[in-house]
Amino acid sequence: MKIAITNGRLVDPKHQIDARQDLYLADGRVAGVGQAPAGFQAEREIDARGLVVCPGLIDLSARPGKLETELKAAVAGGVTTLVCPPDLDPVLDEPELAERLVRQAADLGLARLLPLGALTQNLEGERLAEMAGLRQAGCIAFSQGKRPVLDTQALLRAFEYAATFGYAIWLQPQDYYLSRNGFAHDGEVGSRLGLTGIPVSAETVAIATYLTLAADTGVRLHLRRLSSAAGMAMVAKARAEGVAVTCDVGVHHLHLSEHDIGFFDTHARFDPPLRSLRDRDGLCAGVAAGTAALCSDHTPLDQDDKLVPFGEAKPGATGLELLLPLTLKWAAAAKLPLNAALAPVTSAPAAILGRDDLGHLGLGAQADICLFSAEEPWRVTPHNLRSAGKNTPFLGYEMAGRNKATLVAGQVVFDAL
Amino acid sequence: MHNPQLNSNGELIHLLSIEGLPRGILTHILDTAASFLGITDREVKKVPLLRGKSVFNLFFENSTRTRTTFEIAAKRLSADVLNLDITRSSTAKGETLLDTIDNLCSMHADMFVVRHASSGAPYLIADHLKRVGRDDIHVVNAGDGRHAHPTQGLLDMYTIRHFKKNFENLRVAIVGDILHSRVARSDIHALTTLGVPEVRAIGPQTLLPTDLGRMGVQVYHDMNEGLRDCDVVIMLRLQNERMNGALLPSAGEYFKHYGLTPAKLALAKPDAIVMHPGPMNRGVEIDSAVADGPQAVILDQVTFGIAVRMAVMSILAGN
Amino acid sequence: MTLPPFPLPDAEAQCRALADLIRPRLTPDTALVGIYSGGAWIAERLSQLLQLPEEAGLIDISFYRDDFAEKGLHPQVRPTQIPFDVNGRRLILVDDVLYTGRTTRAALNELFDYGRPAAVELAVLADRGERELPVAPTYCVWNLELPRQTCLTLGRDETGLLSWRVEDHA
Repeated sequence: MKIAITNGRLVDPKHQIDARQDLYLADGRVAGVGQAPAGFQAEREIDARGLVVCPGLIDLSARPGKLETELKAAVAGGVTTLVCPPDLDPVLDEPELAERLVRQAADLGLARLLPLGALTQNLEGERLAEMAGLRQAGCIAFSQGKRPVLDTQALLRAFEYAATFGYAIWLQPQDYYLSRNGFAHDGEVGSRLGLTGIPVSAETVAIATYLTLAADTGVRLHLRRLSSAAGMAMVAKARAEGVAVTCDVGVHHLHLSEHDIGFFDTHARFDPPLRSLRDRDGLCAGVAAGTAALCSDHTPLDQDDKLVPFGEAKPGATGLELLLPLTLKWAAAAKLPLNAALAPVTSAPAAILGRDDLGHLGLGAQADICLFSAEEPWRVTPHNLRSAGKNTPFLGYEMAGRNKATLVAGQVVFDAL
Repeated sequence: MHNPQLNSNGELIHLLSIEGLPRGILTHILDTAASFLGITDREVKKVPLLRGKSVFNLFFENSTRTRTTFEIAAKRLSADVLNLDITRSSTAKGETLLDTIDNLCSMHADMFVVRHASSGAPYLIADHLKRVGRDDIHVVNAGDGRHAHPTQGLLDMYTIRHFKKNFENLRVAIVGDILHSRVARSDIHALTTLGVPEVRAIGPQTLLPTDLGRMGVQVYHDMNEGLRDCDVVIMLRLQNERMNGALLPSAGEYFKHYGLTPAKLALAKPDAIVMHPGPMNRGVEIDSAVADGPQAVILDQVTFGIAVRMAVMSILAGN
Repeated sequence: MTLPPFPLPDAEAQCRALADLIRPRLTPDTALVGIYSGGAWIAERLSQLLQLPEEAGLIDISFYRDDFAEKGLHPQVRPTQIPFDVNGRRLILVDDVLYTGRTTRAALNELFDYGRPAAVELAVLADRGERELPVAPTYCVWNLELPRQTCLTLGRDETGLLSWRVEDHA
């Protein structure tokens, strides 16, 4: 299928393009930018007048829940690639399980689903999972999800083994003992409301451990969902010193802080917790500086999971359909141009994944594309969200930036034009 | 952010926390409590204010003592009181907190007195009542997790006002396990709202919450320094499970540093009063010589507690 | 409807007239109980005029009002203080204005929670009619009629002098 996307404002962070240019797609790839390839005969022309045409969003952390529903939510939100953690039910610690998930996602033909394999068997943090098999089944890296590796020697072995074969390890830095009973930032609000705290040191202690082991073993390390300014500073310093470490931040953490807990609002319960305003500012600066990519940390939950006291509520928010508007909202507040706004959800995550065919619109790239209206306002309501998860602290808010159409591998998978 | 404790006229409809309540409401509760205090001296120890109303004591966490004081207060107001010990019944069968509340709403409750182990549970209940259109039912927080115990805070304020007449020139010290104490949090909010110029928190770093200074208190680790020239000393109970080594080496070492002895009390003003929310651990946080001494007003607190709870219930029921 | 005479009668003179009505029927076991706030002032005044050995009792009926459900608790409740045992006493309940009779009912209920008096009489300065309960004053010095929206209240200035005030509620 040959498609021409015309009259749009083409934004491609990787190539620093922000211009009125037409885009030509053939065989699921980008075949021409600004100029049609010789003899190009479009079978379909999409008029993108008034819309931004950009690479499809890459979400480094999203829980798929009911696969079809959530992948539909993904493409509705302009997300064309999403990475899911291994602590699903069942745990992705066997190649067959990963293979089945990848196949199911491929059959649906919506967004690309890239699973993380379990680093240890059943995520118990003791024996290594079969990484090679998992890798072959489509797992892009290895992770513990939210589960800890308590034994630091086991962790060292895992790093060494992964480094041997060039596998990347993705971990959420959160010290088990410093965080196990907590459910809010250990700070002003948690102290006032009597919520058991998770100190920033839970994050920095874990980062210090992981960075040390990564430097010693040479493993390719990605830190998932930082929550503190101090943690961000450690990663920036390590990167400056040449350590092969990357990281991401949940997009909610750029907007919210511990103060948004208000009177025990369970929608403001996140893992890692929302921290101080200083931390929030530090995370924003880290993303703006390119130290961290953004993810939605999409966690669809039932209403009942939030209709309980704060400490008993499940953490997390629906995110796939809010990743784009929340990214734009952050960039608008930081007065960043659209290229800089979209880099943390396109080119930066593609680089973390090591995929030079994703996250940009250069010739030969995968034709994963999102067409959105930058200004169109829409209200976050349960009805307006396609995800089964209606859990969001932004319920009732008006957002600017609405995705209108999504293409994956040159196929239109979402169309609201 | 709208304070869920107040209606659109700024009147108190639930008592969930001292935090966020204007000074006028606190003073009104204390003044009303003064009027209830005399009732116990009469032949009929009851007034008909809540006649025909049903007060449900919902104790998701056991506390016979607190439940009894609420029960007495409600009965002195002529309300019907139902005690539901929920720890043993519905939650054990997997019913959620809000299922339980819906059930009780159908039993024509007028007021819920809630004790729960989770901080914020009474807020969840008040919020739910509003959502289902039953905000005619009033919620009184009888202690939620580490968050708040507002009627204890108010009775402490009543006690202080009774003995010290006003709040304007006082130096008040709160000593002990503030981290886990809902009483301490309510006291701190009440004291700062009522205009006490100096509130001190005394304890080891393991028992003090992070950023405590943000709540308007001065932090002391040395009790001798912290007690100096205080008008009021509020001792907190040290729970048994805190003494076993992780937060403190031992009860004995705690007593050495933070137990209130006659010698330490002598550093406070000569007319300082000593308060304790009870039950006391003699020899752990307080020496018997102090607990039974002339400066202790611990039993007065209990008496005032009933009047304060009557005041809270009658003000809520009228709004 | 008759409008109140203008100028309004002298409340202090009325207190003396009320004392004169009560004096012939005083017995050794008579005691006064004034209803806050106007009745309390009058009771204190009567106590002086009649040279009673005891202080008057003061009663706040907030906890006994029958409109609690609609109006809530009065913002300023004062402690009821009855400095004597009411059992077997002859009590004179004192109020400034007798109107619907509901205040008197509330006061009677409260009094009986203190014990069983031998008898209770009612002394008021003004009776404005419009009763809603079967209540009648034993002693009264001023009968008048007023429109419903008109409020007749007793005030006390900083020197302790009592005087009447009439206000219209729109």
